[in-house]
Amino acid sequence: MKTIGTDVLIIGGGATGCGLARDLALRGLTCLLVEKRDINSGASGANHGLLHSGARYVASDAEAAVECREEGDLLKQLAPQCIDDTGGLFVAVQGDDERYIADFESMCARSAIPCTPLETQQARHMEPVLTERLIAAYAVNDAAVDPFMLSLDNIAHAVTMGSTYRCHTRVTGFRVESGLIRAVELTDDTTGEPLLAEARCIVNASGAWAGNIARMAGASIPLLYSSGSLLITQNRLTSRVVNRLRKPSDSDILVPGGTVSVLGTTSVTIHDPDLARPTVPEADSIIGDARAMVPVLETTRYIRAYAGVRPLVLAGDASDARNVSRGFSLIDHERDNIANFVTITGGKLTTYRLMAEKTADLVCRKLGVTAPCLTRTTPLPASSMGMWTEPGLTARTWLGTRDAHDQILCECEMVSRSVVDDIINTVGPNRGRSMLNAIGLRSRVGKGPCQGGFCGLRVTSHLYDRQCVSGTQGMAELKSFVERRWRGFSPILWGLPAMQADLQEALYCGMMDMELHHPDGSGACEAESPSADSTGERA
Amino acid sequence: MNRYETLYDVMVLGAGFAGMAATLFAAERGLRVAQTGATGGIDFSTGFLDLMAVHPVSEGRVWDDPWAAVEAVTQAVPHHPYARIPRERIRAAIDDFTAFLAGQKLPYMGYDDRNACILTPAGTVKRTYRVPQTAWKGTLALRDKAPTLLVDFHGLKGYSARQIQEVQGPRWPHLKTLRVEFPGSMGELYPEHMAWTLSSPERCAELAASVKEHARDVEYIGFPAVLGLNDPLRTVTMLEEMTGKHVFEIPTLPPSITGPRLRATFDRGLAPRGVCTFSQKLVLGAERDSEGIFTFHVGTGQETRTVRARNAILASGRFFGKGLRADRASIHEPVFAIPVTQPQQRAQWHRTDFFDPRGHAVSMAGIETDAAQRPLGADGTVLHENLYAAGAILAHHDWTRMKCGAGIAIATAYNAVEALTGRL
Repeated sequence: MKTIGTDVLIIGGGATGCGLARDLALRGLTCLLVEKRDINSGASGANHGLLHSGARYVASDAEAAVECREEGDLLKQLAPQCIDDTGGLFVAVQGDDERYIADFESMCARSAIPCTPLETQQARHMEPVLTERLIAAYAVNDAAVDPFMLSLDNIAHAVTMGSTYRCHTRVTGFRVESGLIRAVELTDDTTGEPLLAEARCIVNASGAWAGNIARMAGASIPLLYSSGSLLITQNRLTSRVVNRLRKPSDSDILVPGGTVSVLGTTSVTIHDPDLARPTVPEADSIIGDARAMVPVLETTRYIRAYAGVRPLVLAGDASDARNVSRGFSLIDHERDNIANFVTITGGKLTTYRLMAEKTADLVCRKLGVTAPCLTRTTPLPASSMGMWTEPGLTARTWLGTRDAHDQILCECEMVSRSVVDDIINTVGPNRGRSMLNAIGLRSRVGKGPCQGGFCGLRVTSHLYDRQCVSGTQGMAELKSFVERRWRGFSPILWGLPAMQADLQEALYCGMMDMELHHPDGSGACEAESPSADSTGERA
Repeated sequence: MNRYETLYDVMVLGAGFAGMAATLFAAERGLRVAQTGATGGIDFSTGFLDLMAVHPVSEGRVWDDPWAAVEAVTQAVPHHPYARIPRERIRAAIDDFTAFLAGQKLPYMGYDDRNACILTPAGTVKRTYRVPQTAWKGTLALRDKAPTLLVDFHGLKGYSARQIQEVQGPRWPHLKTLRVEFPGSMGELYPEHMAWTLSSPERCAELAASVKEHARDVEYIGFPAVLGLNDPLRTVTMLEEMTGKHVFEIPTLPPSITGPRLRATFDRGLAPRGVCTFSQKLVLGAERDSEGIFTFHVGTGQETRTVRARNAILASGRFFGKGLRADRASIHEPVFAIPVTQPQQRAQWHRTDFFDPRGHAVSMAGIETDAAQRPLGADGTVLHENLYAAGAILAHHDWTRMKCGAGIAIATAYNAVEALTGRL
């Protein structure tokens, strides 16, 4: 079996895992990051993309509020390519808790969160979609962040310093001897090949799956899984982040993300993080609630819904009580008699860097490394790995070159063949079992109103032409791609999306009979005998 | 009298398969017909005419004999649109429909009473009842797994001969592929432009020359369906003469030419029959006076005109055709407010998986009619004596999964026109 040696094995390719790889690399350690699916496949890829000013937490968790303020300021300076510094508003509507509203400014002041009171008319002038029934408004320093670019830039920087990462690589077991993890058993899902990783320290940064991973190693973390659904609107409705000025609750944040807005979220407890998916009742409840703040949310067109899982470390674990209150949990599994095993989970996208820093501090203590954390001061270099996730960039690039041979494969998001080729050429061994899904993650293919209906077919044809897929593999990838898009599409099928879904079914089922064709290549006409016809032809 | 003042015998709402069929059948019976409708299902069509091929949907059982499948679905789904129509009437409807197309230089082929298997642009194979003659030799090549060259073009996206070859795989070892430059073109190609180009014998000769030497060891050559617009059979025949091989077309993804070819054929053929077409216009509202005369408000929003008719055939399709509208709470029919049979809650409309073999419950939603295709009101009685409905808007069929879209459209349109004519 192939064995890979490394200083630190990081399990989980979300924002924290990628941030940790970079932090450790900057301290001179090499890491191997393994991710069972792809970068940001969990909660890091399924959130608002909100860089919190901290104002949301001023009442419930002053410490988290301060962390958000500090981290938000840092990231705006150090990773500007990932951030749209939109500013934010907190707004209250008739019927909202007047005591909370009255206390808001002083609560912000207590955590030194900048907060400027606005006339409600002024707020509506700044964001015309706000309701006429506003009763209070404040400006804060919220911003929007591209979580994909953030994670991809972090891992790309770590790679330039000698670290490596493998997507589609699952942890299948731990070899624990005398209180140490001697090796971690892995399976490469792309090839089916088993691998062994030997590391001096192992970090479990698998987010909502942290409990499952810890259990495999013989440790236990009591986790509660809170699934949160969000909706994406077809157009960007506001320039700024808009928060409901009330005690944090469901459906009270609207975040601009390039050309769209993201609305959410809900909080539903589930018993398995793999079961998170948005539902029709959740989509309805989000809209029903949020339209009080922005009435047009009732009638606007939605493109899709998605769901992420927040791992909440259950209270009652006295040794980590302090960490629970901070919003993230750093667990030294020394307590479970595994000296070289650490779990980092919980937390927020906004504080991913801090989580990585604290984790790296603990790892370095264990390894006797004294190098200081540099991520607080070293700018995050922009990489090309995440560049095509930026809305509009592919269109500008295509228009800029005007190469007559460069066709647009995804018309909703204007992704050209050359961009798809660029991803194919650079994704390397991280393509996983599905090149189509890898392209979807690294670009905006499938993210427009057609939700993969047309671009899925066009990119698949191109993958056959490029010989990236053979046999019926490309068709199997296409079906799985369509099913992944359907998860987010099916909760919002009224109005125009209902028409789009009608067309999609006409294409995939009515026209191409894809529901009848199986991954092994057998299909609808297998049974037909090729013998001569007993019935005549007719024109 | 101008076209707005005429009192029409029948107004057809819809320009998809059902609307075109209803208009054709009514016009052939000498009725004064007006027709409205924006881009419909026909524009996205492969050009194939499905009659019936899958039942029960949940088992994915495919049928070689479409008539046996019609019989089976009629037994199992008593409200299926086919259940109200005698078989010989369905047959007459489809025969009349294809006879009209043949007369307009778009002949169709098929087996007497058996489905044919044919390649799709994804490389999968589907069963269908009638195919354009320009595609017919593809069913023979596929049936015999004959040595065949599949040609595609630099610049035509979403169509890959290699994909078809790979998906067909070991079942069809004598498939080979070739990618060539399209005659006189470079960069991105569009099927409509390509079809116009290949109407020219000179361009056809260039194309034939570029594939000929690669086709020595094959019997058939398959091209994407871009071989001519108004008389594609002529282009196919020219290519056969120039290459000495059997030539056939495989549909491309929308936007393609196979759908617009059908639309253009109807536009050409219906005008001489006196049909008044309000093209790319929708019916925004309708009233019915005490004598039963309908007044329709036709337009695009900014500008509306009124059109009056003694009868109406609602052939406006499902969501994509705008015949049904879904809001967050329910599905409704916007023009006549006909009750729509539907699942109780939106959460029940769709399955968790898109490709769930059972299909989606919302696909069976639609309006109810009597045996004469007249929509029923909430109390189960005929809503208006002179209002008929045809095609995908009808309840109790799942055309994308049962493969009965064109068949239902054409047969119910025929049934409606028969009933309507009988009352005049």
